[in-house]
Amino acid sequence: MSNLGVIFKRELGSYFATPLAYIFIVIFLVLSALFTFDLGGFYTAGQADLNAFFSFHSWLYLFLVPALAMRLWAEERKSGTIELLMTLPVSRTDMVLGKFIAAWVFVGIALLLTFPIVITVNYLGNPDNGAIFTGYIGSWLLAGGYLAIGSCMSAATKNQVIAFILSVVVCFIFIAAGIPMVLDFFSTWAPQWLVDAIASFSFQVRFSALSHGVLELRDLLYFFSLMAGWLFATAIVIDLKKAD
Amino acid sequence: MISINSLTKRFGEHVAVDNLSFDVKPGEVLGFLGPNGAGKSTTMKMLTGFLTPDGGSASVCGFDVQTQILQAQQQMGYLPEGAPCYGDMRVKGFLEFIASVRGFSGAEKHKRVARAVEQVELQSVLGQRIETLSKGFKRRVGLAQAILHDPQVLILDEPTDGLDPNQKHHVRHLIQQLAEGSNKIVVISTHILEEVSAVCSRAVIIGRGRLLADGTPEELEARSRYHQAVTLSLSHSVDTQALQQLPGVLAVESLHDGQQLTVLAKPGEVIFPAVGQLAREQQWQVAELSVERGRLDDVFRGLTSGEAA
Repeated sequence: MSNLGVIFKRELGSYFATPLAYIFIVIFLVLSALFTFDLGGFYTAGQADLNAFFSFHSWLYLFLVPALAMRLWAEERKSGTIELLMTLPVSRTDMVLGKFIAAWVFVGIALLLTFPIVITVNYLGNPDNGAIFTGYIGSWLLAGGYLAIGSCMSAATKNQVIAFILSVVVCFIFIAAGIPMVLDFFSTWAPQWLVDAIASFSFQVRFSALSHGVLELRDLLYFFSLMAGWLFATAIVIDLKKAD
Repeated sequence: MISINSLTKRFGEHVAVDNLSFDVKPGEVLGFLGPNGAGKSTTMKMLTGFLTPDGGSASVCGFDVQTQILQAQQQMGYLPEGAPCYGDMRVKGFLEFIASVRGFSGAEKHKRVARAVEQVELQSVLGQRIETLSKGFKRRVGLAQAILHDPQVLILDEPTDGLDPNQKHHVRHLIQQLAEGSNKIVVISTHILEEVSAVCSRAVIIGRGRLLADGTPEELEARSRYHQAVTLSLSHSVDTQALQQLPGVLAVESLHDGQQLTVLAKPGEVIFPAVGQLAREQQWQVAELSVERGRLDDVFRGLTSGEAA
């Protein structure tokens, strides 16, 4: 097994070694149900799709994913295990990716546990299951983006609370770039290309395309390059700050 | 083989390791000594690849620690200061994780873990979470992960710090066992000097990041003003004048109202026979008469307190 796999396995196992994993999954499921049925008006909309379910994910993740990501590196630095990890023959890439993928797979597990809603909507009507599938993919990619940002923030500090707050703020900026209020503010004075550029950085815009069943290469590229960029930054930050 | 050439590390304005150079040959157990903040840990962190040097170079088994760090790390076992381990893991799971990182799998992995567990006597706590273990056991877990792959080079940062006397003895015994009859290198940082006399074949003293002394523990002890000194325990106080006039005697120090005398020798002189003879001639009632090899802590203080001033 490559060292990426070894790191991945240890990290994923460590989520389930503490109550963290179970608390996260329960809160995620309860909140997503609440948002879908109550705020989203899943029943009253009378439509056989999961738009009500997916539309709140970017806000749901805004608090839940940083809570998951904050421990990635901050905990290692706080407890000193980072010295152990970094003096083992493991490459920087294996470390950063192993930890990230473990967290990402963990969110994926939580996301898969929302399957009853897919069964419900199929029982009530005839939804476009292809669109539901791309919605799930989109949601998972979105979570990956948040996690990569959280990973970098966690690498920058020993303090998990600070890591959490920084991640929420940065993630919020990425969401806010797409909400009409912000774009309207820019469009009053900025040239159109700048407004488009800002909108194209938004999680919201990319994710809503995917959650409506539009699977486009450029949206996939957006999420993957976003993750790659923040993970690369994570590796740099770790090197700079590891001994502090 | 470890070779360190003009290694330098700065933290802001502070120079933690200053142009440090020395080699360690296979078979040596090196005691790395110095007061707190002398740069011992920093040097070890650079050797193991945790810190990047600001100047100079170092290599372990021929692998440069800056350009070939992964290969160098494969040759090394390292116990960081305070023995950090993943607290939420169980001892067995943790050691299996380390074994996997070290490239072992299947039966070989289990064999390696079992052997390390046996060497440091962890059998009784295998299923426990590391965070629930006592300090002594945690340290042993740290040692087990360092020796698991039978490394060519073992680097231990204060392996006995904070342990009780029995545990210290155990760890020292283990280090001796590991080094015995092999061509391995063991580097131990410590500020406990008896440890150096007990386990090391060579001692390097550093202060403020610079090399202050390098030699066998005996050579360093010979630098002590107590080297070849004679200590007498007497049941009554005596006139020390006669002692001071013996050839080769540098000075006489007295303790407990003259009931215990330490006769210091001039460098290179052996005064034990003369002191013994004098005691017999004067018919002193001597309860104890012994020669000192030299006091390492005395040498250590002499070398490092000058630095601190």
